[in-house]
Amino acid sequence: MANNEIMTINMGPQHPSTHGVLRMVIELDGETILKIDPDIGYLHRGVEKLSEHRTYHQTLPLTDRLDYLAPMSNNLGYILAVEKLLGIEPPERAQTIRIIMTELTRLQSHLVWLACHALDIGAMTVFIYAFREREAVMETYELISGARMTSNFFRAGGLSQDVPPEFEKKVRDFVNDMPGYIDTYEGLLTANPIWLKRTVGNGVISAEDATDIGITGPALRGSGVDFDLRRDITYAGYDSYKFEIPVGKECDTFDRYKVRLIEMRESCKIVNQALDRLKPGPVLADVPQVCYPPKDSVYNSIEGLIHHFKIASEGYKVPEGEVYMGIEAPKGELGFYIVSDGSSKPYRMRIRPPSFVNLQAIEKMAKGSMVADLVAIIGTLDIVLGEIDR
Amino acid sequence: MGVNQPLGGNVTVTSLDKLVNWVRKSSIWPMTFGLACCAIEMMATGASHNDLDRFGIIFRASPRQADCIIIAGTVTKKMLPVIKNVYEQMPEPKWVVAMGACACSGGIFDTYSVVQGIDEALPVDVYIPGCPPRPEALLFGLMKLQDKIMQESNSFGSVFGLGDRVSTV
Repeated sequence: MANNEIMTINMGPQHPSTHGVLRMVIELDGETILKIDPDIGYLHRGVEKLSEHRTYHQTLPLTDRLDYLAPMSNNLGYILAVEKLLGIEPPERAQTIRIIMTELTRLQSHLVWLACHALDIGAMTVFIYAFREREAVMETYELISGARMTSNFFRAGGLSQDVPPEFEKKVRDFVNDMPGYIDTYEGLLTANPIWLKRTVGNGVISAEDATDIGITGPALRGSGVDFDLRRDITYAGYDSYKFEIPVGKECDTFDRYKVRLIEMRESCKIVNQALDRLKPGPVLADVPQVCYPPKDSVYNSIEGLIHHFKIASEGYKVPEGEVYMGIEAPKGELGFYIVSDGSSKPYRMRIRPPSFVNLQAIEKMAKGSMVADLVAIIGTLDIVLGEIDR
Repeated sequence: MGVNQPLGGNVTVTSLDKLVNWVRKSSIWPMTFGLACCAIEMMATGASHNDLDRFGIIFRASPRQADCIIIAGTVTKKMLPVIKNVYEQMPEPKWVVAMGACACSGGIFDTYSVVQGIDEALPVDVYIPGCPPRPEALLFGLMKLQDKIMQESNSFGSVFGLGDRVSTV
């Protein structure tokens, strides 16, 4: 028997730690990974093609289901791209609520990442705790939009409706309690010898390699590159908020974990600042060609009904041109590239998902490490197959 | 000799059926098989707030230990053979729950790559609508599955190869 035989094994698509339906073909020498080849497409739903046959308004619900851990961030990226084409701006209250909701979404996405990452490595308690806190964000989603996950809340020119009065107190209580919860997670993990053994020095990727591949988000910042779209190419009024951008040093799984935890704390600060400046006012811009009329006028006047019917049946026309809008989603740069031919449907929409690009780093990160470490590496990349396959 | 249900009609046997049904419905072990968005709500149902464990429902990672598969998410044509494979690896008796609009009917994804409902390939016992369904909806669907299991007949006899399990619902 040859004792240096190379073995090829298959991991996924049915595997509890591949975070969905990722399949990987791995070449092994004993327990050491020689080559790793991700096979994607098990969740390809044809979102980009579908959007060509739907109006701009009807495309919005499709974006909820891309990165289903961060629906509001996807909504924001898409809506900002459409607004850029239309050349309209939302009112200030809408802008502020958008910031609050996208930062809560970041918290929510990082909570699920922490839960799954810890569960994969064997820390079950963190999963139970993190999902408890996630439930509070889900309740806020439900309060304002009626849905727990697929919110579909933003509109070109603002929001679908104003938030109820109890929104402010609920969010304020949550973000005030959240740092304490993060301390609990840190107490369970940061100094835990098993956690350290599994994460320190695991999945190292240098800053040069990370930028070459095009990794963005916490995975890039964990490698020591100080880049965040919220600050560097600002959007949606982020430039008026004060927040820190954490950066790692050791480029390993543990640093990426630290970066994400600090990001969660910073998100709480941003939400608090946004709540302070939340003033009553309109939540939808006064652009009748694009925005729906208020429900009151739809139900009580024939002009309002006609106005509503016209936008709902035909959609709004978007001027000819093309646009790219990138935002800092929880997982990295989420970009929407839309080509418009002047009609009410996108001629072509291309989505630049952060997870797809980040996944390309898996070979560099996992080469030479053990099979068991691969589970930690998939966890630290924080991929969502919904947006990889689209 | 032309007897379809050899143990039918006997009082003792009927209660044995009930005993077997009760045992089965009290420990439904589903596969951990998340496909898309619904999988996150499935996880939320299993986590602290809703807690599936109190129904005896514990997720198993291997199909060979599971007796229920929750199709949680969009089934694509590339994924369908894998799901069939996993389903065939599960031992009898087994049940299928279609969770969410995609698994029930393809949902909003009426495209070239999406299977328009898992019932094209697997015998579905419970359909749970929603996009995604709330955790309460999943709980309700699983309780409906429990009711359905309780109404099965010949579940004792079928263990010894005496006819098939008969579902009256």
